[in-house]
Amino acid sequence: MKYVYLDYAATTPMDPEVIKEIEKHYRETYGNPSSFHTIGQNAAQILEKSRETVASLINAKTDEIFFTSSGTESDNLAIKGVAFKNKERGNHIITSSIEHHAVQHTCQYLEKQGFKVSYLPVDEYGLIDLKELEETITNKTILISIIFANNEIGTIEPIKEIGEIAKKHDLIFHTDAVQTLGKVPIDVEEMNIDLLSASAHKLYGPKGVGLLYIRGHGVRKRWGKYIEPLLHGGGHERGLRSSTENVPGIAGFAKAVELCKRNMKEESEKLIRFRDKIIKEITENIEDVYLNGHYTKRLPNNVNLGFRYIEGESIILSLDVEGIAASTGSACSSKSLEPSHVLLAIGQKPEDAHGSLRITTGRYTTEADIDYFLEKLPPIIEKLRKMSPLKKGKKYMFDPTYETNHHH
Amino acid sequence: MYSEKVMDHFRNPRNMGEMKDADAVGEVGNPVCGDLMYIYIKIKDDRIDDISFQTFGCGAAIATSSMITELAKGKTLDEAMKITRDDIAGSLDGLPPIKMHCSNLASDGLRKAIENYRAKQKKELNIAKE
Repeated sequence: MKYVYLDYAATTPMDPEVIKEIEKHYRETYGNPSSFHTIGQNAAQILEKSRETVASLINAKTDEIFFTSSGTESDNLAIKGVAFKNKERGNHIITSSIEHHAVQHTCQYLEKQGFKVSYLPVDEYGLIDLKELEETITNKTILISIIFANNEIGTIEPIKEIGEIAKKHDLIFHTDAVQTLGKVPIDVEEMNIDLLSASAHKLYGPKGVGLLYIRGHGVRKRWGKYIEPLLHGGGHERGLRSSTENVPGIAGFAKAVELCKRNMKEESEKLIRFRDKIIKEITENIEDVYLNGHYTKRLPNNVNLGFRYIEGESIILSLDVEGIAASTGSACSSKSLEPSHVLLAIGQKPEDAHGSLRITTGRYTTEADIDYFLEKLPPIIEKLRKMSPLKKGKKYMFDPTYETNHHH
Repeated sequence: MYSEKVMDHFRNPRNMGEMKDADAVGEVGNPVCGDLMYIYIKIKDDRIDDISFQTFGCGAAIATSSMITELAKGKTLDEAMKITRDDIAGSLDGLPPIKMHCSNLASDGLRKAIENYRAKQKKELNIAKE
């Protein structure tokens, strides 16, 4: 029985062309790009060619692309790098309440270092309010960091408008585009983006490679150098990311980007069709279920549904038994035992946040996969609902003191 | 993540469902935290004659509530009170450390049911005396 993978937001399998490319470079391009000799310079050439390919996907200049190990590292470099470099200029950062932990926890860390962070609230669809953003800016603000599209609920933020506001106030605008690169068109010029994080393993590339787009390669009018490195060492990536470059991985990233360029339009049309089919079928055929996130300002491949009266980990465990991979925002499935902060931010009660199911499709998802999932889900929901003491309209009693002695 | 025993109890839960004519119910947990368990018991001659559960919670929560009904059925009330979370986790061939609190929940649920039953008995006895 074929396993149906519907967790593309967590990671993606590598495209066979990417694997072939990386394998070739593992064998042939083993040089260190910093070496003067031919072996090293061959590697340097592949590195620069990869940089050029990646830059073209987002309309950036080649020397504005910096390779890191991951989306998380890129987020850390962007936010800490700007904060520490500019702390004399200002100490206020504006972000949202629905960022990925790589941004959220980095901001929380900076608060402990004396920075002030405003976490903008979002509406019930996960969208920030542009007016509220502008009103939050002070003369101490240096950076705005807003996620391009949320990884849990798929909502796409008004990035171009945020960029305009940042430009108007001469602030640095960073966006975490880890879930977006390769799925929807991104133009850093048109959108006034200064810093953009992305990760190869979300677009059929290898794990362990990420990128940070840095406008003006880290220099800007009136600010001069506006970002400092996290990693100090041999001065690689124009001094902003020391470490011998992972050339085969980076070449794989470039190949993945090339494939996205080629496939994006057709793929997103297919995925939107699947997405809307899943949402329609489930909301029409199962009771007490609702969509999390915006209906249309949404990633093509993201479905996130809340099922009342049952818990998310038991849903995904039941799906796994049927050979289907999905994910949930339930506390029970997280390391921290906290429910998803994103679902809480869009106004969900914690008991409802525990009942969420996230389905994310991708390049290799077929119509048969979708039909199989739609066939297997309703009996799972029915069984778990029979098992649950929570019922529509029924008042349940729970011991309010239990929360205190219940070990979390 | 989960042992085969846990998966077995998850896929084929024992004694699942509401007991409409239960002698007592133990309610533990909190949906805000992501788990809620009801343990229903029917008592005959100071023994647990029948027991069932309803659970809102993860795979471990469902498996531990199923397992505790299996462990407790037929036991005297005193014996059932002694069932610990380690008994439950052990019978399931172990739980991931982060899930041990679910077995806590199940043993607390059973104890609560028994305490509720005993409190009811005491009340009825007092009424009978009057």
